[in-house]
Amino acid sequence: MFAIAAHELRGLFLSPLAWTLLAAFQGLLAWIFLVLVDDFRALQGRLLGLENPPGATDLVAAPLFRVTAWGLLVLAPLLTMRLFAEERRSGTLDLLLSAPVSVTAIVLGKYLGVLLFLLGASALVASMPLSLALGATLDFGKLLAGLLGLGLLAASFAAAGLYLSTLTVQPVVAAVSTTGLLLFLYIVDVADIGREAFAGPFGYLSLARHFDNLLLGAFDSADVAYYLLFGATFLGLAIRRLDDGRLRD
Amino acid sequence: MSELLVQVEGLTRRYGDVRAVDDVTFTLARNQVLGFLGPNGAGKSTTMRMLAGVLAPDAGRIVIAGHDLLDLPRRAKRAIGYLPEQPPLYRELTVDEQLRYSARLHGIDRAAIRASVGRTKERCGLTEVGQRLIGNLSKGYRQRVGIAQAILHDPPVVVLDEPTIGLDPIQLRDMRKLIGELGENHGVILSTHLLPEVQAICSHVQILNAGRLVYASALADLERRGRACLRIGLSAPPSSEILAQIPGVERVEDLGAGRFRLHHPPGAAPHRAVIEHSGARGWGLWELTPEQAGLERIFIELTLGQEVAE
Repeated sequence: MFAIAAHELRGLFLSPLAWTLLAAFQGLLAWIFLVLVDDFRALQGRLLGLENPPGATDLVAAPLFRVTAWGLLVLAPLLTMRLFAEERRSGTLDLLLSAPVSVTAIVLGKYLGVLLFLLGASALVASMPLSLALGATLDFGKLLAGLLGLGLLAASFAAAGLYLSTLTVQPVVAAVSTTGLLLFLYIVDVADIGREAFAGPFGYLSLARHFDNLLLGAFDSADVAYYLLFGATFLGLAIRRLDDGRLRD
Repeated sequence: MSELLVQVEGLTRRYGDVRAVDDVTFTLARNQVLGFLGPNGAGKSTTMRMLAGVLAPDAGRIVIAGHDLLDLPRRAKRAIGYLPEQPPLYRELTVDEQLRYSARLHGIDRAAIRASVGRTKERCGLTEVGQRLIGNLSKGYRQRVGIAQAILHDPPVVVLDEPTIGLDPIQLRDMRKLIGELGENHGVILSTHLLPEVQAICSHVQILNAGRLVYASALADLERRGRACLRIGLSAPPSSEILAQIPGVERVEDLGAGRFRLHHPPGAAPHRAVIEHSGARGWGLWELTPEQAGLERIFIELTLGQEVAE
């Protein structure tokens, strides 16, 4: 299983795709980070007058993470699309299936590989607000909660992308359907606009709502459980799908 | 009696309504090279994919080196090396990286990987290309890397799906030699639709047609029992009936243009009688070729659905 994860990670870095994505991701977020820091500096004077002023964590880190989440939404499908679609197309899936490795280990190995990459990308982003600790006071609790949220989000995205990649031999189809699905689940709560947060069922379904809670520093095990269930469901589906494939195609 | 490495019973696999493999039963022992022969779509690849555990059978049992493939898949798979029709290689890796990855997948100890990769490369003639990218290798080399990844973990059973396809004559010779060597201490199953291939490297042959096993024999038996014949060419041929009267001739086939195929009992070719008759009656003999066409004829008769004339 770890052999597969390591292979997957290395495979990513052997292709220019991963580097390009990482560079674009990092570059865009760095720009946004700078803009946010600038805004914060401009606001700082007025904030001092407030009784319980929002700090750098609320005004820089949280919005940055919110944008990072959107970034992951674009990044994850591009990374997961190849996972099985490509192997199926090039016939290398046979190598894995004929090896003394269970289907579960294959799926988890590949998942782990991509997840590590996404977490690495998120960690790089997180290093930007962390650098503010040099000159400002940060709320590390909130920061950690936000990071945890990013990690969980990445884990969910990767699981969904992995499953959709098992359904097709065309990586592009996998990428597009993953983006579509994730986008839908991310914004599904627009149906609830105008109602109280979490009032409607759509709010509860939304990937974004649970993330917002964590960004505000509210650690609710229900939110964490939501992401874990989300990820486990798609991984389970992927394993089933591959086992079925041995029976069917 | 040598050790049985593969036992297959009643193997069946459907694709929709089509029975791709239908109730196939056979065994393979150590030191045997078993050739699967059949026209395209006969179920050769499907059978091999099921043996390798890539495809699950609808019915039947596969036991590899004493482990049931369905009950103990990991143990059974460890005992098998598989080269699919399309070598399962990552184009973006070098040969060394690919082999190391395959070794890890097959659960070889980290410490032993270097040794087994080195040994296998030497065996398959890959020592020179270890650092090359697989995507840049020629088809013949890729095929060799495919075989290398199949025998890395030294499995008792090696399954090769069309190992000689797309090779030039020299590579073909090397490949035959390699397969011959493998047959010395492994059990090898290979598929092909080339008859000479089977005659050159296999010890046993099985013919599949439309998913059914229609013929199985040791090649040695086949040759011994082979209904041999003699092909002759005559410039002034008599009628077939007259040729049939030559002592030792069982049956005459008129091939047209003065050519005939004379069937005779094994080991009793009537060369001399043919030459004498031709000389005495002025038939003008210009060709006399012994034919060992047993396998080819059986293959054609079986796969075209005709009866084998014994």
